[in-house]
Amino acid sequence: MAIEHADVLRAAHLARVGLGEDEATGYVDDLSRILEMVDQLQAVDTQGIAPLAHPLDATQRLRPDEVTEHNQRERFQACAPVTEGGLYLVPRVVE
Amino acid sequence: MHDKTLTELAAGLRAGEFSSRELCQSALDRIQRLDGDLNSFISVTAEQALADADAADQARASGDAAALAGLPLALKDIFCTQGVRTSCGSKMLDSFVAPYDATVVEKIRQAGGVSLGKTNMDEFAMGSSNENSFYGPVKNPWDLSAVPGGSSGGSAAAVAAGLVPAALGTDTGGSIRQPAAFCGITGLKPTYGRVSRYGMVAYASSLDQGGPMARTAADCALLLETIAGHDVRDSTSVARVVPDYSAELDTSLAGLKIGLPKEYFGDGLDPEVETAVREAIKVYESLGAKVCEVSLPHTHLAIPAYYVIAPAEASSNLSRYDGVRFGHRCEDPTDLEDLYKRTRAEGFGEEVKRRILIGTHTLSEGFFDAYYLKAQQVRRLIRQDFLDAFDEVDVLMGPTAPTPAFDLGAQKDPVSMYLQDIYTIAVNLAGIPGISVPAGFAGNRPVGLQVLAPHFAEAQLLGVAHQFQQATDWHLKRPAFGKEMA
Repeated sequence: MAIEHADVLRAAHLARVGLGEDEATGYVDDLSRILEMVDQLQAVDTQGIAPLAHPLDATQRLRPDEVTEHNQRERFQACAPVTEGGLYLVPRVVE
Repeated sequence: MHDKTLTELAAGLRAGEFSSRELCQSALDRIQRLDGDLNSFISVTAEQALADADAADQARASGDAAALAGLPLALKDIFCTQGVRTSCGSKMLDSFVAPYDATVVEKIRQAGGVSLGKTNMDEFAMGSSNENSFYGPVKNPWDLSAVPGGSSGGSAAAVAAGLVPAALGTDTGGSIRQPAAFCGITGLKPTYGRVSRYGMVAYASSLDQGGPMARTAADCALLLETIAGHDVRDSTSVARVVPDYSAELDTSLAGLKIGLPKEYFGDGLDPEVETAVREAIKVYESLGAKVCEVSLPHTHLAIPAYYVIAPAEASSNLSRYDGVRFGHRCEDPTDLEDLYKRTRAEGFGEEVKRRILIGTHTLSEGFFDAYYLKAQQVRRLIRQDFLDAFDEVDVLMGPTAPTPAFDLGAQKDPVSMYLQDIYTIAVNLAGIPGISVPAGFAGNRPVGLQVLAPHFAEAQLLGVAHQFQQATDWHLKRPAFGKEMA
C-alpha cells in the first residue's frame, strides 16, 4: 500500500506534528519505502491466528481499590513550561 | 583501574586497595579527558557521584556494604533520575529534570552503585547507530570513524573505552545487544517483564526492556540480580523469584544443545563475522556442547512486523509530549493546535517524526486490520518459531548483527538501517532473553556472538556466556583509544 502526499499530511495532523507541504513531500518517499517493506506481511496466511499483544500473553493484574498515591502537584508542576495557581496554562481555547 | 571488571573492582574495594572516592574520581578524570572525542555522555554528575562514593566508603567502614557498594557505572539517558536532566537524546526533553527515579535507578542506588552520569543514545531509543541523538553522534572507541551502534551507543562506547566498568541500557529491537557487539562488550536483554519499566521513557511498551552492559557475563549477572524483579508500579513486570545469577555461572556445558538458526547464516551476513561466530561455536563444541541446525521460518517477517508494532506503540506513547506539562514548548503559540504542532515539530528529530507518522498512519481508520492486527498475528508466529526451536535445543546461537560497526554516515536510507537489526528484532517480538558476547574481530572492529534462551532462562544464558569467557579472551581485548591514560 503506497502512501500519498495527502496521507502524510493527514497523519501529521492526527499526530499534531506541524509539517509544511514541502516537508511532507520529503516524507512520502521514506514512508513509502517503509510501507513497501512492511507489505511482506500481506503474503502470510494468518487466518485463525490470534493477535499477540503481550509476549507472555499476560493480562492486567488487579489490586485492591485503595489510595496509594498522594497529591504531589507542586513537585510535578515544577517541570512544566507555564503554570499559574496550580494550573497548566495554554492559549485560550474558549473565547 | 579502568581495565578492571565490576567484580574485580568490588574485590579491590573490599580488600581496601582503593576507596570508592579514588575509584570514581579516576573514572571521572578519564571521562573528562577522553569523552570529548567519544561523546558518550550527555550529562556527567561528578559532584553527586563523589558524594555517593563518600557515602559508600563510610558505609563500608561501618561494615555495611551492599552488593554494588561504591562501584561506578553509567545510566542510559532514558532512565529517569530525580534532580538530574533526563533527555532521552531529544531536544523535546533537553530541559526535563525528572521529579522521580526509575525503579532500576532506585535499585542501583539501594545496592550502593554510584552513577557517574547519563549516556548518549538515539533519540527516544529510535536508531541503530546513535546518529539520531540531539546531542550528536557517539564514536566507536575501536575506530573513531565507526558508529558504536544504537540505540544504547553511549553506554556501549563508555564501557568499551573504560570510562565506566558497566552501564545500563535498554533494548526494544536490539538496542543493548547490537551496540554491545559493535563495541566488543557483553550486553544482556532480559525477558520481557523481568526488569521494571517504571521511570524508563517509553518507546514501544510491549517490546522495551532494560538490561546490563558490561565487560563480562559475570558483571551482567551481578547487575541483573540487582535490577530484576516485580514492581507494583509496572503492571507488565512479572512476579517471579529472581535467581542468584552470580551463583549459577559455573554450570557445565557438557551435553548443552545449541541450535544454529539457518536463517541467521544466510545472505547479507559479512563473511568475517560468520567466520568469527563459527569459530566461537567450535569453542562450545570443544567444551562438550552439541550443535545442530534449526529453523526459525518466520525470521524474514520480523522486521516488517516490528516496523508496524513499534511505530504504532511509539505514536501513542509520544503523544504525551504536548508542550503543556513538561518538556519543550514553542514560543508564542497562537492557539492550542499551534502549540501542539509547533512544539512537536521543533522538539522531535527526523527519525522520531518518521516513526510517529508511520504509526499514526497504520493505526488510522481503514488501515488498522491490514497493518496492526496483521502484524500482531505474525508476531505470534514469530514467537512460536522460538518455542518450537526450544523444544529441540537449550539455546540458539548466531551473529548479533550481520556486519561489524559501519562508518559514521554510511547508512543513508532508513530501511537499510532497519535491516541492521535482522537478528535481534525477533527476540523482542517473542519476549525471550538474549545476550551478545565478544567473539572476535572483523578487521579492527569487534564481532558479537548472540545467544538466545527461553523466557526467564537468563541464568542459563549468563552461564553459557560465562563459560565461553573462561575459555576465550575476546572480552579482555581493549581498544587502543585511551590506553595511554591510566
